[in-house]
Amino acid sequence: MSSTPPTAAPQLPFATARMSWRRIRESILHSPASVLGTVLVVWLILMAAPALLNWLLLKASFTAPDARTCREASGACWSFIREKYRLILFGTYPFDQQWRPLLATLLLIGSIVVTGVQRLRGRGLIVWWALALATVAWLMWGGLFGLTFVENVRWGGLPLTLMLSVFGIAFAFPFGVCLALGRRSRMPAIKAICVGYIEFIRGVPLISLLFMSSVMLPLFLPEGFSIDKLLRAQIAIIMFAAAYIAEIVRGGLQSIPKGQYEGADSIGLSYWQQMRKVIVPQALKVVIPPLVSTFIALFKDTSLVVIIGIFDLTQSAKAALADPAWSGFGVEAYLFIGLIYFAFCYCISKYSSTLERSLAREQQASPGR
Amino acid sequence: MSDAIVSLQNVNKWYGDFHVLRNINLEVAKGERIVICGPSGSGKSTMIRCINRLEEHQSGVIQVDGTELINDLRRIEAIRREVGMVFQHFNLFPHLTVLENLVLGPTWVLKQPLAQAEALAMKYLERVRIPDQAHKYPGQLSGGQQQRVAIARSLCMTPKIMLFDEPTSALDPEMVKEVLDVMVSLALESRMTMLCVTHEMGFARKVADRVIFMDHGEIVEQGKPDQFFGNPQTDRARQFLSQVVH
Repeated sequence: MSSTPPTAAPQLPFATARMSWRRIRESILHSPASVLGTVLVVWLILMAAPALLNWLLLKASFTAPDARTCREASGACWSFIREKYRLILFGTYPFDQQWRPLLATLLLIGSIVVTGVQRLRGRGLIVWWALALATVAWLMWGGLFGLTFVENVRWGGLPLTLMLSVFGIAFAFPFGVCLALGRRSRMPAIKAICVGYIEFIRGVPLISLLFMSSVMLPLFLPEGFSIDKLLRAQIAIIMFAAAYIAEIVRGGLQSIPKGQYEGADSIGLSYWQQMRKVIVPQALKVVIPPLVSTFIALFKDTSLVVIIGIFDLTQSAKAALADPAWSGFGVEAYLFIGLIYFAFCYCISKYSSTLERSLAREQQASPGR
Repeated sequence: MSDAIVSLQNVNKWYGDFHVLRNINLEVAKGERIVICGPSGSGKSTMIRCINRLEEHQSGVIQVDGTELINDLRRIEAIRREVGMVFQHFNLFPHLTVLENLVLGPTWVLKQPLAQAEALAMKYLERVRIPDQAHKYPGQLSGGQQQRVAIARSLCMTPKIMLFDEPTSALDPEMVKEVLDVMVSLALESRMTMLCVTHEMGFARKVADRVIFMDHGEIVEQGKPDQFFGNPQTDRARQFLSQVVH
């Protein structure tokens, strides 16, 4: 892979300033309508900014020792976050053991980054994830090598949200690709099953799937046999996301010209070899943007598990608000978790655009059909 | 029949009501080089695409290297290993480099070790005269280069039979020659069985053992190139040649 050197032409400072002024004029002041729009937006900002700034920073309280002094300040009460951040981040995990979910979270984020920068590939990556997940499981559950056992009903907060998303994506993605291939299968039974599954899941809201998994499913299971609540929610999320991923991947598959199948046929590749080496890699590249949207949606949708009483990030923020001594700071709590969600989603989205650009650079001009 | 490597007996094919192939009978001897020409829509591409089952015939018998083509995946894959094909639009895999395109078949279908497959691929890239492009992507090559890569990709499977489906029709005029040169040297040096659908009459004169003229899904006339071009027997062939050869 050759990297082109960045074109860093030295520029005089005022030349740069003049250039950017021209760019501003071209982009926001080029017609009466856009001048009007610009004025309106600037006016709105001027109206809102001081109040916002006051509330967020200038009149906010950062150090108030209790809720009463905090309420006396007219701005935001960030002391609330300082007081409750551990509850929000780690839920009801035993307080003195919270270094464990912290380490688990860092390990998960680190593993995602390792996957993202593509330093490790193939078998190395699989080994890495196997070790990482085993370590995460050991940290969270404990019960081995001197760590006390912690039931998974006490897990909560950010690590839980991350786990639900990571496992959600890791399983829903291959499952979705298989569903998409199945939907295009020439075998009627497989096609019918896949179409039925996809249409059923897409017709049902995630909330109802979660309800079904937590309320209805146990009714059908034989007595004495139960699946863990967290696992059930995880499966519901995977099933839900897979249907959407399937439809996105199907779109990519349909965009692959017939000549690619014929080229693969002509050198004798079997169906699975064709799909794995020729068709699916190209199809996935086409659908990176909608696929990433689905991943982001899945990450945020994990917050719906609150309705079946699982302590994810959103639920633990609610729990922090339930403390009567510190009630009434909902805006601060939700801003705080909103910021966490945003940081993750923004990184995913940035990563996907980098990935797209590097893939496009690899191939430059699009080839003949 | 005895030494025929490809044989078609009473092959018929319909697209809906349209009768594309009518009672095709053709025997191709081992090492024979055949050029198939005819007006567009005459069924010539369809005929050679039936030989490696990219199209399915509806009646008649097709035998390739002694094996009959029937609706059995394993047998179709076995036949495709013996039959290479070069397409009008190259059909290279744009997400793989030239070298990766070439080793895909040998490593996955023939289970060759990667190093061996790569050595073979480089040998064929040299044969089609573009070894220096091995690490580029198809999209970075010219049409003529892409088609030569496609030829090399087929050769890497060491097929017994090569099918060419209008290999120069999608190329800019100045690139036609480089592809034809490769095909000529392939035909003259390797004695490989070749079936080539093309309108390049110069190529046909130079390498073909036999020219087949098709129209309306039938084989109308066939013969040695000199005989066919110099003295066509049928009106339809004469009319076609007067339009193609100026």
